[in-house]
Amino acid sequence: MNATGTMIALGTIVRREVVRILRIWSQTLLPPAITMTLYFIIFGQLIGSRVGQIATASDGSPISYIEYIAPGLVMMSVIQNSYGNISSSFFGAKFQRFVEEMLVSPMPGWTILAGYVAGAVMRGLMVGVIVLGLSLFFTKIHLYHPFVTLSTFLLAAVIFALLGFINAIYARKFDDIAIIPTFVLTPLTYLGGVFYNVAQLPSPWRELSHANPILYMVNTFRYGLLGVSDIDPAWAYVVMLGFVLGLGAICLNLLHRGVGLRT
Amino acid sequence: MSTVPALEVQDLKKTYPNGVQALKGISLTVQTGDFYALLGPNGAGKSTLIGIVSSLVNSTSGDVRVFGIPIRTQRSAAMQMIGLVPQELNFNLFEKPFDICVNQAGFYGVERKVAGERAEKYLKQLALWDKAFAISRTLSGGMKRRLMIARAMMNEPRLLILDEPTAGVDIEIRRSMWKFIQAINAAGTTVILTTHYLEEAEQLCRNIAIIDHGQIIENTSMKRLLGKLDVETFVLDLGDAGAELPAVDGVKLTRIDDHTLEAEMSRAHDLNSLFAALTARGITVTSMRNKANRLEELFVRLIDANEKAAA
Repeated sequence: MNATGTMIALGTIVRREVVRILRIWSQTLLPPAITMTLYFIIFGQLIGSRVGQIATASDGSPISYIEYIAPGLVMMSVIQNSYGNISSSFFGAKFQRFVEEMLVSPMPGWTILAGYVAGAVMRGLMVGVIVLGLSLFFTKIHLYHPFVTLSTFLLAAVIFALLGFINAIYARKFDDIAIIPTFVLTPLTYLGGVFYNVAQLPSPWRELSHANPILYMVNTFRYGLLGVSDIDPAWAYVVMLGFVLGLGAICLNLLHRGVGLRT
Repeated sequence: MSTVPALEVQDLKKTYPNGVQALKGISLTVQTGDFYALLGPNGAGKSTLIGIVSSLVNSTSGDVRVFGIPIRTQRSAAMQMIGLVPQELNFNLFEKPFDICVNQAGFYGVERKVAGERAEKYLKQLALWDKAFAISRTLSGGMKRRLMIARAMMNEPRLLILDEPTAGVDIEIRRSMWKFIQAINAAGTTVILTTHYLEEAEQLCRNIAIIDHGQIIENTSMKRLLGKLDVETFVLDLGDAGAELPAVDGVKLTRIDDHTLEAEMSRAHDLNSLFAALTARGITVTSMRNKANRLEELFVRLIDANEKAAA
């Protein structure tokens, strides 16, 4: 298959994914909007007003609790939705067997992976923009480092899309794609510094938190928006790029071997 | 016409992880332009063979070439030439037929504009255009089968593989599908067909392979295979049943009920002596027909013989 043909195939998968996201918007875009609005009201306005200042910006101005959690809530939505999109969409294709439409075609395995990951990133972007827009009703958002904000968003979405793809590859029933988000993703997200400053945690929880990859994404995204972070952004990039490369290699290997797809 | 075979399979073996040996070293060649039947009982290995050719199943060993291109090392180039209509429904039931076809073309690198034109062409030819923008879930069983044929045509394949395309389809739709596939074949596309409707294979196919227990037990032309049928069974509908059956040399007569007889005889045997003997006993025959179609008769005999040999 030549380069033009491969790009057409890639575009076809991405287009199909975006059409799917928009077709079932009440399942893909509405729930995170409602959930995050509730977070902003309860954690941001009701509880946050009693917490007061939680950090200080690089220019010395105080950062309120609601300002502090807003980037974390955006990142939480991006992570959950990029993961959920690819795991449910690719597993659905496996379950209904229409993944075979792609498997019998001449397109290479990496195109399938790239198409589904791009679809998941698109969902993460849509949800991220919605949540970011909602946050403006509750607090003001700065943009200290646009490149850091955008690149962190992209890297986090890609990482969790790749994880969701691996989940979908191994899943045999719908329950299998609900287990990881429930028992792994949600706890890690809550313990990843979305709602608190990990530097304020007592030892050994502070040190243990650094083993949580979500901590790096949340804090780097926060650094992009607020200019403050609990961890070194440079180190966060190393961790995130490492995850992208490692998980990408695993996904391509699984596709090449046909694990869960070819008998 | 190209002299390179459309499909060459050499000593193909497949053992599934559970230990089931689905293919035990199959070799066959399908010439370009052929209409080829691949028959066998359930579980014989037909779908495994098709799965390997279409790269849905990994072979254990052996070689498969599509128009001379090995699928193991040049999968992409080989797949570009294949269209597959699988046995099971495998499209997104929540998508529209038009979108399903256009997307399939996209997976083969066909530009969207061209894909749209092809989708319209094939959906019209298969009498599905009025349902092109309906949700596929709402299509009838026959429509879903035709949709899979239209989808398989989107890359305009040189080799079309149909795995029981007419299963569960009424005779009228089945005939319209035959007509379409015959036209595709006449236009130069090589067709491989698996079916349990043996009259379908007899009418459509020029060459045939019969697979049983993962091995090919017959691989020849349809004409030559049917020529091997040396015994035929006729069903005779009786007007006057008579009292006793006559003894006729070379004919085995069996009374099924008061109005039906079965006569099993060599194809070389004449029917005149049978009718003379029946008339002499006061038995009148009002009509007669073959008990089974010729290919079905042969198929059953070959499979039975293979079962006995295996036992």
